[in-house]
Amino acid sequence: MTHKFFTRLCLVPLIAVIAAFFVLPMLRVIVVGGSGDMGLHAYAAIILEPRFRATLINTLVLASVTTALSLAIATIAGLFLQRHRFPGRALLVAMLTFPLAFPGVVVGFMIILLAGRQGLIGALSLPLAGEKWVFAYSMQGLLLGYLYFSIPRVILTIMAAIEKLDPSLEEAARALGAGPWAVHRDVILPALMPAFIASGAIAFATAMGAFGTAFTLATNINVLPMLIYTEFTLSANIAMAAALSVGLGLVAWAALALARAFSGGTVAAAG
Amino acid sequence: MNTTQGVTVRVENCAKTFADGTRALDPVTLDVARGETLVFLGPSGCGKTTMLRIIAGLEKPDSGGRVLFNAQDVTRIPIERRNVGMVFQSYALFPNMNVAQNIAYSLALRGAGKAERDSRVAELVALTGIEGLENRNIDQLSGGQRQRVALARAVAMRPSVLLLDEPLTALDAALRERLRGELDRLLRTLGITTIYVTHDQSEAMTLGDRIVVMRKGAIAQVGSPRDIYFKPASRFVAEFIGAANIIDAVSDNGVLVLPGGRLAVDKTGHGQVAAMIRPESIGIISPEAAFLVGRVASVSFTGDRQRLVVDGASDKPLIVDASNTLAVKIGDTVGLTVAPSAIQFLQGA
Repeated sequence: MTHKFFTRLCLVPLIAVIAAFFVLPMLRVIVVGGSGDMGLHAYAAIILEPRFRATLINTLVLASVTTALSLAIATIAGLFLQRHRFPGRALLVAMLTFPLAFPGVVVGFMIILLAGRQGLIGALSLPLAGEKWVFAYSMQGLLLGYLYFSIPRVILTIMAAIEKLDPSLEEAARALGAGPWAVHRDVILPALMPAFIASGAIAFATAMGAFGTAFTLATNINVLPMLIYTEFTLSANIAMAAALSVGLGLVAWAALALARAFSGGTVAAAG
Repeated sequence: MNTTQGVTVRVENCAKTFADGTRALDPVTLDVARGETLVFLGPSGCGKTTMLRIIAGLEKPDSGGRVLFNAQDVTRIPIERRNVGMVFQSYALFPNMNVAQNIAYSLALRGAGKAERDSRVAELVALTGIEGLENRNIDQLSGGQRQRVALARAVAMRPSVLLLDEPLTALDAALRERLRGELDRLLRTLGITTIYVTHDQSEAMTLGDRIVVMRKGAIAQVGSPRDIYFKPASRFVAEFIGAANIIDAVSDNGVLVLPGGRLAVDKTGHGQVAAMIRPESIGIISPEAAFLVGRVASVSFTGDRQRLVVDGASDKPLIVDASNTLAVKIGDTVGLTVAPSAIQFLQGA
């Protein structure tokens, strides 16, 4: 057996897995999406049908805001954590990755416990502000849940990038006369840009496709994964569900591909 | 540009103990004249970089230490307001800015207009020989070009003092030698007070008006390159700078008594001494005419000279730099001669 043949032989399991679990189901979904009553118009309906369009926009806005807020919070926290050593720091960093262990349903459940009708915030706001604050089932509640599982994904990437920064970059900027704001604006944030793009794309794609949290919280609002679920199970509109799935996949894939193009292939697969 | 600029620098009683208790620097007091180039030279961990960082304002000296620019206490002034130009070993160029933006960064921070920035950039790229690279990205530059950009950036705002931390160490040997010459010419042109840190003795010799040899957080010797080379104050300095033969022998009324004979020295009295002789100060003569003889143990021909190791003459093998035309081979018995003035007696360890 030649080495070359052996190397090719090693590709067989990969090709089999890709074909069985990736290419074939995907092709099937694309075909199914175009084979309903509407035919290929099902794809156009994602944009043209007002209900679907509103859901798509809702989801895009939610995913974008989640990404932006995650990046902002994770950058500030990451800069602090990477530059200060204090007792309990290791424990805190370990706890930051805690949300990764929970399925979306549990995250949704926790948001309900926090901001639901019987939630902690409501119980506190009633005596303090005179009214019961309940926002678990609104866009804000959903955003809070999404932030909860996005921040850990983002903060680890950003902390790793901060650690790799050459400390003399900051010192050079200071020697040239840059105060703290200028150092961050001109040197540190630009140097972290690849990490922002990489982790932002993952946060965005994950938020686009998150189902468990949405399933638990989205009673009044519609997001794309929920819409696919209702079209599929409740309306038995399998073709439309398939078309929407392809649309969702395309948006998430485009975000990751764009990020990969900008950051030179450092974008890992979404968790 | 030819006028002498910069300040006098005084480091007064500056010591540095890090948070974990490590003593990086014993109390040091030192004056640097206006326009002078002072080189801190020493092995890694000797405290030279800590010294530079204290002068820069990146580290605070232990209490009691002061740094003065033109007799003004700047110890509490942070680096961003000290007006120091700094060149790092890694260059620390900003990858998100092109060459011109890097060079003009300090001017932009000070609110200089575009015309002013452009003219200063043009002046500096000409001075450092990197014309035509203004719009390049940093990752498109060679090591030598990066080094020049870092230097141009550091002097753009006409700093009071220029601080260089191993600026040539990241380059390969041939380029290092060429840039050393260019850097020397540039520093003389700028006439700015310069403090330079290196572990490379030939860099220190070429560039320094004075050299501060450091060892284990303390100053071993301060002096001109010639002083340091010909009159090392200690065994450490003698061995650190260039090649040195250090002979432990008895000196007896003007004569150094050695296993292979004797050497005349400028020293009266009797006693155990440590004497330093540079390899190029030892002459090879016929053994019949010599008071000191030895046997050639090895010959390495390096083109410009040949370095011999001679056994049996002293308490340990002697390194001798001989002319490249001398006919000599391993096993030859040779006579050695040294002018008394080329023998330097060392104190202490």
